[in-house]
Amino acid sequence: MDNDKKGNKRQQGSGADDFTASLKKTGRMFLHMLPNILAVVLLSGIIMEFVPLDRLSELLGGNPLTDALVGASVGSISIGNPLVSYILGGELLKQGIALVAVTALLVSWVTVGSVQLPAEIATFGARFALVRNGLAFLSALVISFLVAGVMQLLGAGI
Amino acid sequence: MKKQDSCGALQTRQKIPRPIIFLLVVLVIYCGAFLLEPERALVALEFSTKMLFRILPILAVVCGFMLLNNLLVRPSWVKNHVGRDSGIKGMAIAVLGGVLSMGPIYVWYEILRDLQGKGMRSGLVAAFLYARGVKPQLLPLMVLYFGWIYTVVLSFFLIFFSLIVGTLSERLGADTLKE
Repeated sequence: MDNDKKGNKRQQGSGADDFTASLKKTGRMFLHMLPNILAVVLLSGIIMEFVPLDRLSELLGGNPLTDALVGASVGSISIGNPLVSYILGGELLKQGIALVAVTALLVSWVTVGSVQLPAEIATFGARFALVRNGLAFLSALVISFLVAGVMQLLGAGI
Repeated sequence: MKKQDSCGALQTRQKIPRPIIFLLVVLVIYCGAFLLEPERALVALEFSTKMLFRILPILAVVCGFMLLNNLLVRPSWVKNHVGRDSGIKGMAIAVLGGVLSMGPIYVWYEILRDLQGKGMRSGLVAAFLYARGVKPQLLPLMVLYFGWIYTVVLSFFLIFFSLIVGTLSERLGADTLKE
């Protein structure tokens, strides 16, 4: 009986120790990610203020490959709610910009993170971050042509 | 890091963590912006402050996830479900997790790094990060702007390419956990 009580107390003590250790580890993880988050948030403000996204249409309207490249590049350096990319994409379509460019912009906006790249490098290492973002950029180009092709095949307009 | 100087004495040189360097660089950019264009720099700072307050609730949720991860998720579970031999099941978990995760991408880095340390495949980290491109909460708005056919086609390709990017990331050697 006494042994059972001691065992239960030991288990309770162990549970509390686990919780304290997990809490401490979570605190350390939070402190580790805090400078990254602050840096990305501050950099986002600079990008939003100093990169003229509203003049994007001036760069588009050439051949589909160049348009896709420009769309994907702009999406890569953009940050913020994807809703902004929907509004921007919708406006570009109204101005007659090709679906390929708009799709490349939408995809790279949510999959490529140039602004977060230093934070990603700091967390996962340069090789992982560069390979992942490079592949994401290429995929934005491929997806933009695939989506435009499928939409054409389906005869679906926007 | 210990280094021997010219007198033969041992010196201890502390390496500055990369996130701190990143933050310092951004602060230097702000200093430059305030010197050159103070009004626009102030607007940028206001935007960032608002953004920070907007992500605070998400940050709290992610901290909750980190605590649960530290408390409940054991390396053996990670190895079984998203480890080296997790196959298509691991990929499905990563993609679903990416689609359902919310908030900005960078708040998830730390928890993913921890899971990677417990045995999660790097390709699955890449698949998770890519699958975040599908935003279930924004799908109705996407339908509103681009129509439902475009939304379905684009979402399908985003999910399909999260598998491809995850697999290729691993093949291209992005599987080394940062020290």
